[in-house]
Amino acid sequence: MPVSKETLDSIALSEKEYQLIVKRLGREPNEVELGMFGALWSEHCGYKHSKALLKQFFSRARRVLVAPGEENAGVVDIGDGLVIVMKIESHNHPSAIEPFQGAATGVGGIVRDIFTMGARPIALMNSLRFGPLSNPRNRYLFHGVVGGIAAYGNCLGIPNVGGEIFSADCYSDNPLVNAFCLGIARRENLVRSRAHGEGNLLMLVGADTGRDGLHGASGLASRTFDEDTELRSAVQVGNPFLEKLLIEACLELATTDWIVGMQDLGAAGLTSACVESAARGNGGIDIDVLKVPRREKGMTPYEVMLSESQERMLIIVKKEYEAQVKALFDRWELRSDIIGRITGDGIARVREGEKVVAEVPIGLLTSPPIYRRRIKAPPWIDELQNISLHSIPDISPRKANRILLTLLASPNIASKHSVYRQYDHQVGNNTVVLPGNDAAVLRIKGTKKALSLTTDGNARYCYLNPYLGGVIAVAEAARNLVCSGARPLAITDCLNFGNPEKDEVYYQMKECIAGMARTCRELRVPIISGNVSLYNETRGRAIYPTPVVAMVGVIEDVEKHCTAGFKHEGDYVYLLGCTQAIDTSIGGSEYLQVVHGMIKGSPYIDLKLEKRLQNCCLEAIRRGIIKSAHDCSEGGLAVALAESCLLGNLGFTSFEPDFEGRLDAALFGEAQSRIIVSVSPEHAWRLEKLADRMEVGALRLGVVSGSRLTIKGIVDLSLRELGKAWWNGLTNFFD
Amino acid sequence: MTSLTHARPEQYRPPHHGRTQMRFGIVVFPGTWSDRDCYYAIKDILGQDVSYVWHKETDLSQYDCIVLPGGFSYGDYLRPGAIARFSPVMAAVEEFAFRGKAVIGICNGFQILCESGLLPGALLRNDHLEYRCQWTHLRVENELTPFTSSLQKGQVLKIPISHYDGRYYADEATLKDLEANKQIVFRYATPNGKVTPASNPNGSLNNIAGITNRQKNVLGMMPHPERACEPLLGSSDGNIIWESIIASIQGNAR
Repeated sequence: MPVSKETLDSIALSEKEYQLIVKRLGREPNEVELGMFGALWSEHCGYKHSKALLKQFFSRARRVLVAPGEENAGVVDIGDGLVIVMKIESHNHPSAIEPFQGAATGVGGIVRDIFTMGARPIALMNSLRFGPLSNPRNRYLFHGVVGGIAAYGNCLGIPNVGGEIFSADCYSDNPLVNAFCLGIARRENLVRSRAHGEGNLLMLVGADTGRDGLHGASGLASRTFDEDTELRSAVQVGNPFLEKLLIEACLELATTDWIVGMQDLGAAGLTSACVESAARGNGGIDIDVLKVPRREKGMTPYEVMLSESQERMLIIVKKEYEAQVKALFDRWELRSDIIGRITGDGIARVREGEKVVAEVPIGLLTSPPIYRRRIKAPPWIDELQNISLHSIPDISPRKANRILLTLLASPNIASKHSVYRQYDHQVGNNTVVLPGNDAAVLRIKGTKKALSLTTDGNARYCYLNPYLGGVIAVAEAARNLVCSGARPLAITDCLNFGNPEKDEVYYQMKECIAGMARTCRELRVPIISGNVSLYNETRGRAIYPTPVVAMVGVIEDVEKHCTAGFKHEGDYVYLLGCTQAIDTSIGGSEYLQVVHGMIKGSPYIDLKLEKRLQNCCLEAIRRGIIKSAHDCSEGGLAVALAESCLLGNLGFTSFEPDFEGRLDAALFGEAQSRIIVSVSPEHAWRLEKLADRMEVGALRLGVVSGSRLTIKGIVDLSLRELGKAWWNGLTNFFD
Repeated sequence: MTSLTHARPEQYRPPHHGRTQMRFGIVVFPGTWSDRDCYYAIKDILGQDVSYVWHKETDLSQYDCIVLPGGFSYGDYLRPGAIARFSPVMAAVEEFAFRGKAVIGICNGFQILCESGLLPGALLRNDHLEYRCQWTHLRVENELTPFTSSLQKGQVLKIPISHYDGRYYADEATLKDLEANKQIVFRYATPNGKVTPASNPNGSLNNIAGITNRQKNVLGMMPHPERACEPLLGSSDGNIIWESIIASIQGNAR
């Protein structure tokens, strides 16, 4: 069969890759087979460009039960017979085309990844990136994405407890929507997605199969696109009600011994669900597409195999329990059909009635070519990092008030309450710390433990210095957890980049991953699952390299969790960690961009200090020494102090400040490894002693008092003024 | 830890006859999600006897109180509660209520009660057209109901809401009736108990957060008392509503 370049383009395979398929198969593939190769060899399913780099990640630890790539999500043992299951995944391209449904089905997909493994989903988070909100198109995308997440997640009854929203020019037309889900299961109820046992049955459950979402994996997720509207039919429409029924039914099924595995249908639909689960179980599969219930007439085997209709599950049923499984789904009013069976020959065989329409060894489908490249740093990156401080005028003390208010109202810093109040964040009766703090905290019923969750990733840092940006993404996520009193446990990551076939994008990817990998090893936090989203480009312009780190930690005693707001009048406020002023810390800061319109310089972090700081803060919380802890990040010290004031509804008065160096760096610089804590005066000596012993700086900044934020001679603002800027910063764009 | 899945029907325990505990039935429709939270609050916090009631059941004779929990029954397609009211269990709930037994509908349950005509009025889309999940403060307007007997008039409860469609609406005559018969049980208020427009999270008429039927044995409320069940979660005020139900019914039985 001669294939045209258009055909190959439509499934995002190169001429070379096609030749490789012909060579390995020993013949030309037919249309259905080629479609299956296109889907499974896509970047989205096959990780062609990223697999070699991802090998650096540290994921082996005793508590890790399922590492990346082994299953639909990673699994960590948390003791008491319980395990947590977690994953983050991108739905960027669908959300760029149809923000509401794109984001909604992103939530649907990640939730299926979790309950597929027999775990009850207990929390969602979202990491979102948009273009500047001054642009109406970006506001439309923002509104649609938030609405879609709310509509889908709220209907499922899974609390949405946090995430991030960040805007920058590079995300115009290419927003990022990364959805995270955390689940919990009893260890013995974990379900694998392995199709094995000759003669066992493949049961398709849930929605009928339609023509929606064809080429989602190969077309949308694995290449750049310029005319976005033409691909609208590649976005699916979600039905959260059906998903809710699937959750309950599948979790009930997970407690039986009637099945050998479960696998959700996501990107590349039936093709990837069948082939990947068969590959994991070393089995073969035989499917009859005529048995697949359809939404419309006249669908070809190609369309049935590649449809990405939502809310479908593949259950691998032990042959003797077919009736029981079917009865269970009937009770939940879910349609279930046997569409095929497991074979022992290692071949994916697709039939239409008696006629065989595809027959390919599974090993071929799941071994796409892996690309490795040697790349040097692009020349412009030096220029970018080189910041001449004298060309940037320092601020005078009388301007500090105004700049602080401007920063607090900047959408990257302002409170996100107008977004998270649209998400049900309390259902489940577990949410102890609501969204809006450094990390959300969920208690685990029946134990004293709690889980702490956060997502992080400052893409501006990664753009300026991909390696250190990667380091900081992991370090800051861990720091957020530590501020809540949690010991970091595991990471799931979503790596969003441009077109990896371009040298500079590949370089960014390689450096970011190396930075993340090193920090994970250093802090001993394994990466247990993740997702790669490449080709985030529109009209040749790539997004910032945007690794998103979602991290979960454990608090041994939930009563000892910690929050960011000041607690009591008269408490001392300390800056822990990096206490000396660093002039270059304005590089890459929100201040530099908002006030000077510059994106230059380079972030900096001392990982050894970071580690000591985190240990110190955690110890101080465990011993009950400190009452509040807040990570000092975007906007610097002044913004962090303002946030602790606003969250606690209490003021702050500094001692006589003795700033050295630049005032803007002291107030708004974004030096890493800093945590603001408050402590009662009688325990202050304990904090100082602990910090001294752990070789961490502890600088006493002032006292919690009154209803104003006062940094003597420099900043003096009432909580009202601060609150007006911070609480309304985001909503101002939508009024 | 409470079970990660729903109890299956065959695991239901026989009715309790000791009368030291009350027997609550929590109705589970397809799409319900507050069922597990209600179960937790009633069973694990208050130590009462409780079972899930599948939406196809028609015999509720073993229960003292029926709970219609929150969620998106049948996906809230068409209109919240519009499909659920035709469930087999709803005929039994109507009969249960007619016999004067206690029925409490929370959030989606309130919507279902309005759709089924057990309560007057309707719940429309929030005036700001967004979903809203936040803490609210409720002022107790009538303490002489089975649901508020352990509360004082004017007492303020801190209980969260979570809904798209919580804007209580009724025509003027119905509203007048509700006020005259003291059927309005909770109003959205400030933490100090002032009923103000700013404390109204969804545009409900007269700041209405919860009402009863004329006989006072059927309560519908948008806020979620089952979520305000422990200080660790921010409030335990919701428990007083469950305690009121228990006290009233056990008092009657004596």
